[in-house]
This record gives sequence, C-alpha cells and structure tokens, in this order.
Amino acid sequence: MATTYTLISSVIVGSGGAANIEFTSIPATYTDLIVKLSGRNSASGDDRFEIQFNNSSSNLSQRRLYGEGTNKYSDAPASAIQPTGIVQDSYTANTFGNTEIYIPNYASSNNKSLSVDAITENNATTAYAMMVAGLWSDSAAITSIKLIPMSSGNFKQYSTAYLYGISNA
Amino acid sequence: MPETLTKIVVNCETGEQQILPLTAAEIAQREADAAAYAAEKAAADAAAEATAAAKASGLAKLIGLGLTQDEANALLK
Repeated sequence: MATTYTLISSVIVGSGGAANIEFTSIPATYTDLIVKLSGRNSASGDDRFEIQFNNSSSNLSQRRLYGEGTNKYSDAPASAIQPTGIVQDSYTANTFGNTEIYIPNYASSNNKSLSVDAITENNATTAYAMMVAGLWSDSAAITSIKLIPMSSGNFKQYSTAYLYGISNA
Repeated sequence: MPETLTKIVVNCETGEQQILPLTAAEIAQREADAAAYAAEKAAADAAAEATAAAKASGLAKLIGLGLTQDEANALLK
C-alpha cells in the first residue's frame, strides 16, 4: 500500500455485535479519507448499510449502479447513501461483504462527494456488486463517520472497519 | 429482558474505543428505517411480479398468433 496511506483507526466487532460503528474526532490533517469495511448484517433480507457524516442524516443523496446474478439496476433512493456492501444473514455462512468508501477533500468547506465500491458474497445466484456516487451537501468538515446496518440489523462478530487518511505525496 | 443495542465508537484522536448503548433517537430511527425498507421492498416485489405476469401473458398471446417461442422471446428482449 502506498506510503501516503495512514491507518487512523480500526474496529473489529466483538461477540455482541454492533448496531453501528462510528469513527469520531477524525483529524483534519489529511487530504482524503478511505474506509474499508468487511461486514455481515444480522438481519436477513437486507445487504445495505447507511453512511452518515457528523451525526447528520440530512442533505445526503446518491446514484447507484448495481447488479446480481440475474438483473442489473440503476436508481437514486432519496435522502441517504446506502450501499449493498454487507452480507445479509441468509447468505452463505461466514461470508462477509467488502466495501471501499473514498471521500476526497473531506475537510474542505465545499459539499462532500464520495464514491463507494461494494460487493457481497454468496454461494448462490444472488450476490450484489454496486458502485455508488454519493454527495453530502454540507460545508462542514467531516469529523465523524457512522456506518449503520439496515433493517434493524447489527454488524456481526468479526466485521471490520478501517479508516485511512490519504495525504498528497 | 430486552436486548440492549450497542454501538462501537472510536475516538480517532485518542484511539479509545467504547461500546455504548444506542440512544432513544437512534433506536427510533433504526425502527423507522426498517419499516420504510419493508414497505419499499414489498412495493418493489409487487411491481416485479406484475411485470413478470404481463410478460408471460404477452408471450402466450404472441405464440397464439403463430410465433415460435424463440421469436416471441426475441421480441420481448
């Protein structure tokens, strides 16, 4: 990995699971941020998790391109950023999704764009691959990032999240 | 006893990790999100079923007009 990557913090979910994972007090000293998430949702029937910044669920928007073994989709559900990047509990046991969230210029006073590249894993026809273009229309520097499994699920044990700071070389 | 929902909070300045109970607002939001998704999924499933039924009906009518199965499938692609 490039030397411009700095690991800021990491989380490994313990046996009790976690209703969400939140990185707080993110220093403004980097150029961009990357979150790498490996996750499994305790809820059956939902592969999505939500991304929120600074504890705000407002001014979020998204455009998603995704597909599974049969179909392809494009949509833009309103007022949220919700990738399908965590394996739902009905999928093959002990599998996890992979997601990378890239947030450029997170400390600027402009609106914050982000890109998300996410996949789930399942030994069956239905497993998703998704790209998301997201936007948080807010001038505040991002100081916290919250990752929330959907459908009242919890991140299951051994889910992991790593937050990296990226500096201009 | 009801399950206590917890979150993991990581302070990136100090490195401290805490496991904390969800606030009442977070629990309410979580329940609202789940209900909204269930409704959205039910609507999407119903729409997909209606589309599949319309496609099957259209195929049957085309075959009734004398098209082969392959010809009818090609028209509906």
